[in-house]
Amino acid sequence: MTAVREVVAPTWFGDRRRRTLAWVGLSALVVLGVVVAGGPAADAAQTTSLTDRNLGPSAAHWFGTDRLGRDMLARTLAGLRLSLVVGVAAAVVSAGIALTLACLAAVFGGVVDRAVGWLVDLFLALPHLVLLILLAFALGGGTGAVVAAVALTHWPTLTRVLRGRAREVMSSDYVAISRQLGHGRGWIARRHLAGHLAGHFVVGTVLLFPHAILHEAALSFLGLGVDPGEPSIGILLAESMRYLTAGAWWLAVLPGLCLLVVVKLVDTIGSNARALLDPRSHHL
Amino acid sequence: MLQADGVWFRHGRDRPWVLAGVDLAVGAGEVIGLCGPSGGGKSTLGRVLAGHLRPDRGRVTVDDAAPRPRRAAHPVQLVLQQPERAMDPRWTVRQVLAATGADDAAIAALDQRLVVPSRLDRFPHEISGGELQRVNLARALLARPRYLVADEISASLDAVTQARIWTLLLEHCREAAIGVLAISHDRPLLETVAGSVVDWTPSPVGETPA
Repeated sequence: MTAVREVVAPTWFGDRRRRTLAWVGLSALVVLGVVVAGGPAADAAQTTSLTDRNLGPSAAHWFGTDRLGRDMLARTLAGLRLSLVVGVAAAVVSAGIALTLACLAAVFGGVVDRAVGWLVDLFLALPHLVLLILLAFALGGGTGAVVAAVALTHWPTLTRVLRGRAREVMSSDYVAISRQLGHGRGWIARRHLAGHLAGHFVVGTVLLFPHAILHEAALSFLGLGVDPGEPSIGILLAESMRYLTAGAWWLAVLPGLCLLVVVKLVDTIGSNARALLDPRSHHL
Repeated sequence: MLQADGVWFRHGRDRPWVLAGVDLAVGAGEVIGLCGPSGGGKSTLGRVLAGHLRPDRGRVTVDDAAPRPRRAAHPVQLVLQQPERAMDPRWTVRQVLAATGADDAAIAALDQRLVVPSRLDRFPHEISGGELQRVNLARALLARPRYLVADEISASLDAVTQARIWTLLLEHCREAAIGVLAISHDRPLLETVAGSVVDWTPSPVGETPA
């Protein structure tokens, strides 16, 4: 026991921890790079050049060009930026709803808890994509509607996770002892609950984000998402469908792969953040 | 005097009674042992006495008054068998002790046999079970209780560590005239540490209040 402790204690940020941290940092850097690169690419993404129509990937146009001669690399970068922005907004709003409901349920219990449980079940019982399409349609389309629709359909699962965790904390012996020491609900929520939920909340938010991006792409693909003039990944994919049979594979494959990579990177950040935020994880 | 008067308790309306008309008294500075089989409701009685659970019938009084649990620390503190469950795993030992309202000076002035100073900034999972149980005891003592319910506090420890923790507990409680209810299934242990031992008979199934 002593020997083990001496090995673990001096390197609190052990090798494994440092490696995880490096992965998260690298992923975050690439995702951030895409967002930054998407800014200057916005102009190029809309510049048409009728002499360069339907070109395959080359040194001048890495991702080829589309039917109007627009550079697909610029369109992909601009599209990813738009997707990421929509994803962040939707994930944050969604996670905010989840956290509020979960805390209310755990701290007040009783009727509030049952009402939240009922609401979660209600939303989970409805088919996800149908609800998403109906909401986006009802809200009139456009970027704002997509954010609202994705946010309003994605909170139930995270609420369920946070509520479960919060209930576990609130029924624990250490909360009972804190109550016995004379501390009230607010103190317990701040000192016990916040710390235990923070990890799950951050991880949940980050993991909501790939969902949000993919659903944004799906909605845009179906024509209910962002404005068709804007180069979101969903719109790029929808447009490319008509040219796939003509052999213009680069229009769909390359932007699609980029979306996959970004989603995977965000997923890496999310799954590793949990390990980094738990003080016990340096036992690993 | 910590007194239970005809206490009845069950964990829900459709559940059987766990405590059926329990009477018990612990005088100030007195050490009473409560000995009985596992699953008989001893721990539930401990939690009722410490105010974690509210009795369905009967009452618990501390020095002839109903304890006021709000805002101030409860006059009856509970030391549980599993210290790792009684402490927030995200807190260091120092934070656990500070939650009693004790300042840094009071924590530094603690008996070093209870809390080794080098362990103060460790997390509960980083120190041994015996050390952790002593921290658990130190926390209960820092809350300045008038009575202490020690629920199987040494059941998961070896004989030497058991002896150390009981010596510390008895020493500190004698000093501050704290009454102790020692709950255990280990009769020889209770006969060693307690002034008198009460035999616990689990309430019969199907018992209902008159």
